[in-house]
Amino acid sequence: MTAQQSRTHSIDMSSVLRAKKDTGEPLETCIKVENLNLFYGAKQALHNVNMEMPKKKVTAYIGPSGCGKSTLLRCINRMNDLVDSVTIEGQILLDNENIYAKSVNVAALRRRVGMVFQKPNPFPKSIFENVAYGLRIQGVNDKRILEETVENALRGAALWDEMKDRLDDNALGMSGGQQQRLVIARAIAIEPEVLLLDEPASALDPISTLKIEELINELKEKYTIVIVTHNMQQAARVSDFTAFMYMGELIEMGTTSELFTNPTKKQTEDYITGRYG
Amino acid sequence: MIKPIMIKAWFKSGTPWIWLNAAAVSACLIMVVAVLGLVLVRGVGHFWPSGVLEFSYQEKDGQIKTLIGEHVDTSITPAAMAKSNGYTMADNEDTLVQYLIKVGNRDITGTDFRWIVERDIKQQQSPDDLLVVERREWGNFYGRLVAVKEGGKLIAEGSAAFPAAQDRIAQALVVFKQIAHLEKKEVGAINYSLDQLRLEQKRLQLENRWDTAAEQRIAAEKAELEIDYKKYQIQLSELYKQIRRDSLVTKTESGTELEIPLAKIVRIFQPNTMSLIDKICHYGEKIIEFLTDDPREANTEGGIFPAIFGTVMMVIMMSIIVTPFGVIAAVYLREYAKQGFLTRLIRIAVNNLAGVPSIVYGVFGLGFFVYILGGNIDQLFFPESSPAPVYGTPGLLWASITLALLTLPVVIVSTEEGLARIPSSIREGSLALGATKLETLWLTVLPMASPAMMTGLILAVARAAGEVAPLMLVGVVKLAPTLPLDGNYPFLHLDRKFMHLGFHIYDVGFQSPNVEAARPLVYATALLLVLVIVGLNMSAIIIRNNLREKYRALEG
Repeated sequence: MTAQQSRTHSIDMSSVLRAKKDTGEPLETCIKVENLNLFYGAKQALHNVNMEMPKKKVTAYIGPSGCGKSTLLRCINRMNDLVDSVTIEGQILLDNENIYAKSVNVAALRRRVGMVFQKPNPFPKSIFENVAYGLRIQGVNDKRILEETVENALRGAALWDEMKDRLDDNALGMSGGQQQRLVIARAIAIEPEVLLLDEPASALDPISTLKIEELINELKEKYTIVIVTHNMQQAARVSDFTAFMYMGELIEMGTTSELFTNPTKKQTEDYITGRYG
Repeated sequence: MIKPIMIKAWFKSGTPWIWLNAAAVSACLIMVVAVLGLVLVRGVGHFWPSGVLEFSYQEKDGQIKTLIGEHVDTSITPAAMAKSNGYTMADNEDTLVQYLIKVGNRDITGTDFRWIVERDIKQQQSPDDLLVVERREWGNFYGRLVAVKEGGKLIAEGSAAFPAAQDRIAQALVVFKQIAHLEKKEVGAINYSLDQLRLEQKRLQLENRWDTAAEQRIAAEKAELEIDYKKYQIQLSELYKQIRRDSLVTKTESGTELEIPLAKIVRIFQPNTMSLIDKICHYGEKIIEFLTDDPREANTEGGIFPAIFGTVMMVIMMSIIVTPFGVIAAVYLREYAKQGFLTRLIRIAVNNLAGVPSIVYGVFGLGFFVYILGGNIDQLFFPESSPAPVYGTPGLLWASITLALLTLPVVIVSTEEGLARIPSSIREGSLALGATKLETLWLTVLPMASPAMMTGLILAVARAAGEVAPLMLVGVVKLAPTLPLDGNYPFLHLDRKFMHLGFHIYDVGFQSPNVEAARPLVYATALLLVLVIVGLNMSAIIIRNNLREKYRALEG
């Protein structure tokens, strides 16, 4: 019991949010994680995580490999359900609804919480069909609506100008950076509320990375974004809030500028100054 | 001088290993080429018109006789062995040379082939006027043409006889085709309808619905068919009269005259006068006949079209049955079933199924599908045709299902491999867009695994098309009177027995009363079987390559 308690770090989220409120922007919580524990078989991967992520802001998870940041991210759209041996305790509230409640339709949830993965994973179909995929599974087959949505999504992912004449080409012929932006376009085509980005730029070259980062800046106008990244500079560049995780625990969370300039926990300071990780 | 150290270095360099591998590959290649070469040469050569020879031959009793025939084979026996076989050998003779001659005229001499000893041939020549008549019965006739008769009246003789005979035969063949068409198509359809009416009547009687209305209706339909039948009967007898009118008068080697009605003749030719172009034309005709005609004379002559048709049909049916089953089973095993002891056990069982001898499948097919399943289907749905079985007897359906069972493991294994190769990132990508598992399967996973399914199907086709043993128990016959697909409703007759190239090879080669005549056909049929399998496989491979091109994510 004592061990469990020592692992629990209470983070005063209201102070985090208040800190941001001082700038004059009203903040609203979009996702709230409450007492989340996750086990892979007998191995615990997340220890009693509590956090809140504000609406239409970018929240970054940083931490060394294997610290559970991707696992936490995948909890938000219940991707971890796919793992056979997983057990999840606690709850995650999306707009004050527990997404782990029995009544929740997982497919519908995932339509609200889009996700982009580490490696670009376009389907072996045309560019158009990749972006239209999400709509097609919702039963939208009207050509006009599809075309409009695809165009908007590609514009949203800053791909339209490059790709408008190649919509019928196979998506696998695109470069890695283009593929990743296509995947983002695919995700935003179904107009989710939240966009989860799991190290979206780690497989890309610096120029593509830059483009993705610019894109994230634009997208946060419309979506709540949660990004997992290895790269602390990237977290500093693109995020409004940063959470530092270590060994399955949330160590510290705060506005990005505060966390990077004035961390309250020693582990955080050690990590961001490069002493480990 | 080679030092041991050099040999050691040579071994270390890996060169011998490379040579060993290359030798293995070469051996395989040589064997494949040899098999195909043998089949090709023997099979394709059979249709080439070889010259006809006339021998003056001294029989054992000292009499000199004339023999007419084609040289087929040569055998050289060492003197010692020949002596022990009862031949007297002179001291200066080392070997005994014998020729196998196709003498034909089975109706007169009783055999088609005979061996003659080279040293007893007094004279050998190939006169231009020697005639070969391909007949519908009794095999080839070798001899000379004397005259052409029309209704017993002489119309051509001597040198004018051959062109006149060819003219008449061309006409007769047209008539023959009409007869065949009438008998098979029209009269066949009437017989089929009459049989259906008979069954309907019996069914109504069994169901106690046989009343005057039904009786009148069936009687009326029967009467209508009878009228049609009479009409065709008149046409047929007219045609028969026409075709029976003419005949050829021929002379055998011994000088006896033989009258052959045109109705019994497929073609005549004088091979010794034929030019190369004539021979090529003749060859083409024979090949087309082989590919498109029905067999004659206990399968030793004519074509093998029903066997080609049966093989392809059976393979297609098998594919239609095995693909959905295999794919569904593989999807369940890989995508839905919990991976544990039970699934491992099932996988092992599936893999072991592939090792079960095929005849065992045949026994299972006969015992379970034909007798139990088919017997029950007959009882339930076809009580009117009892005691004659419909599905309770070997047939195309049961053969296809048995072979589908036989090839199921191949399809399951390769589909599973295909499913396993699809990266999880693609599935996650689809699920993350709000697709359910089923939608993900249908829209991305299965299309991407389709090349693997095709690979499974290709392997299945290759195995099924060449399989003979189980088929002998569940549906193949040496001569099927009708094709499993025809113009009579419901067009596809899954209950019918069928012919198969593989079984045809066995039947012609080893069950035929005339093995010598059939041997070249064995090679030709084997060649055709290989070609059919290659063709089926090629089409499947082309489809697979198209799919691969479409879903090339796996390689990327």
